[in-house]
Amino acid sequence: MFIRPLPETRIVAGRQVEILIRGEGQPLLFLHAGHGFEPDDPLVAALSKHYRVYAPSHPGFGASDRPDHLNSVEDLVFFYLDLLEQLDLRDLIVVGVSFGGWLAAELATRGTGRIAKLVLIDAVGVKFSGRETRDIVDIFATTIDEIPSLFFHDSAAGLRQFGGLDFKSMSLESTTRFARNRESILLFGWSPTLYNPKLLRRLYRVHVPVLVLWGAEDKVVTTAYGKQYAAAFEHGVFREVAGAGHYGYLEKPSEFAAEVTTFLATKTPALV
Amino acid sequence: MEFWHFCEQSMHPAWEKIEGATKVSVDNRFCEPEVAHKLYNRYLDEWMIADQLGFNIFVNEHHGSANCMSASCLITLAILARQTKNARLLCLGVPVTNRTDPYRVAEELAMIDVISGGRLEIGLVKASPFELAMSNQSPARIMDRYWEAHDFIVKALTHQGAPFSWEGEFYNYRNVNVWPRPFQQPMPPMWITASGPTTGRKIAQLGYVMATFFNGAGTKPLYDAYKDEYRKTHGRPAPIDRFAYLAMVVCGRTEAEVQERVKKVKPYLAVQPRTPKAWSNPPGYENVEMNARALNSGITGRINFGLPANPTLAEMAEGGILFAGTPDQLYEQMVAFSDRCGGIGRMLMLSQAGYLSHDETVDTMQLFAAEVAPRLREYAKLKNEEIVQAAE
Repeated sequence: MFIRPLPETRIVAGRQVEILIRGEGQPLLFLHAGHGFEPDDPLVAALSKHYRVYAPSHPGFGASDRPDHLNSVEDLVFFYLDLLEQLDLRDLIVVGVSFGGWLAAELATRGTGRIAKLVLIDAVGVKFSGRETRDIVDIFATTIDEIPSLFFHDSAAGLRQFGGLDFKSMSLESTTRFARNRESILLFGWSPTLYNPKLLRRLYRVHVPVLVLWGAEDKVVTTAYGKQYAAAFEHGVFREVAGAGHYGYLEKPSEFAAEVTTFLATKTPALV
Repeated sequence: MEFWHFCEQSMHPAWEKIEGATKVSVDNRFCEPEVAHKLYNRYLDEWMIADQLGFNIFVNEHHGSANCMSASCLITLAILARQTKNARLLCLGVPVTNRTDPYRVAEELAMIDVISGGRLEIGLVKASPFELAMSNQSPARIMDRYWEAHDFIVKALTHQGAPFSWEGEFYNYRNVNVWPRPFQQPMPPMWITASGPTTGRKIAQLGYVMATFFNGAGTKPLYDAYKDEYRKTHGRPAPIDRFAYLAMVVCGRTEAEVQERVKKVKPYLAVQPRTPKAWSNPPGYENVEMNARALNSGITGRINFGLPANPTLAEMAEGGILFAGTPDQLYEQMVAFSDRCGGIGRMLMLSQAGYLSHDETVDTMQLFAAEVAPRLREYAKLKNEEIVQAAE
């Protein structure tokens, strides 16, 4: 999820951003999860067969710059508003995974003038339960060794996605990307832990169709959370993929891709 | 040389019952209030005896820990400000990156300084990584927060006249007006802890006392960096009282007595690192480059203080971890270590640790005060003259 850099560098709002741009068609912005993503991401590959996918590393992740003053989720949202304007993306599909799903939801609440549809995959970002019940596992209280079993349904598959956690065999560039991603997700998501208390009451502003897609075995945020998330949108639908964890889109990439492409291809999606 | 009596106020009677981590996640039912009551008062008594014996006083704080029940070093110091007469009172320190309110820290510091008649020494430290779990303050950008809190506290303590406002990145105050002002003017002496040369240089620029804990072979390069930077900044050599060092200290009349006491304090070294793994180095606490290199090397954290496995007492003394011996042996060990570091002016002494009883602790302090301290004071005086003369 973090080992290899993205192929291109662009300047957005004065900062260097590494980005993968692939495919032709309607524009699609892919917003990655807290552990980053790689050029051979299977969901990006599948989506790029139908859409022109723009997939940057967020500021602070991978090799993308993060100036000191860019240190909140709101700052990231403004960064993406700049990116949408600079690339003049219109009729845009936004797909976000986990932390990227939070960013996608935040971005859409700032106005859906440029956005056609939204896909949130095992997203975080909102708070439903009372003050003594966590909705989202405190990932900052877990160790690196726990990543495969916590974030994946099949921990062996998870271990492979993380290069076997064999950091000693990795280049300094790769371990730097890993360490940088970990620091940045903590910077943006420390407390309240991976949510914005204001976001839930802003989701009504999202007037476009939203697919909320979940790994049925997600241990970081459960399907119950995903269902509430979907219900909070004006036009939200919830779907789940069996045998998949929080990063289930890497465990069952073709199933996730099929769900997403079906939703996107539907001219008049079922409205709830 | 000055000597500072230190103890972590541990809940050691619970150690044997606790499996796994002794902090952060440890069940608070292991902290029996009645046992804690007796222990707190015992430790306070020991500091009062230290005061009578000519030691200074050093207190710390930790949170959610069986290793250290001092949840606020300033509460301990506030008691001792009233109960002691002569000792300098050092908090080392207030973990300002855990605190949401540095204004309140400044007020409490000023009160202690005034109540004690100007005996406060202020140490501001970065929080321990595992305590951010409890304070809920972010490990990310921790040093940016540290320096803003530092700058604010210095201004709040030194400012005279009409209230001022502070609109910083991390702290906002509309009306800063610290009552009382500190007894010591312009403000009490400042200390900062360091383990590496980069921080050491920053402390040297400020001219503060630099303390380092159990740093062993890392101490000389740290002190050298401070000396170099101090001379560049202030145009004169750094006096020996700028250099403080913390180690465990055990004193006995005979080698047998020393061995017996060492056996009681040593469990401290085994219990102290029992931290939940996730909290030993949360992302952001160290910089990315350091974390990336640690991942590449497979080494995380300082293993066994850089000592060999099962170190001998001689190796522990040479490594600056535990000075243990009869008065003559202690004198020799401390002089040898100080010389190797380039001169220690302030010895911070963890003289109560592990299962060492009250009587044994007091006996150690009495022996040290009578038979070791006078000689080391003389040593440090000559060493300081040597440093100053070498500079001329």
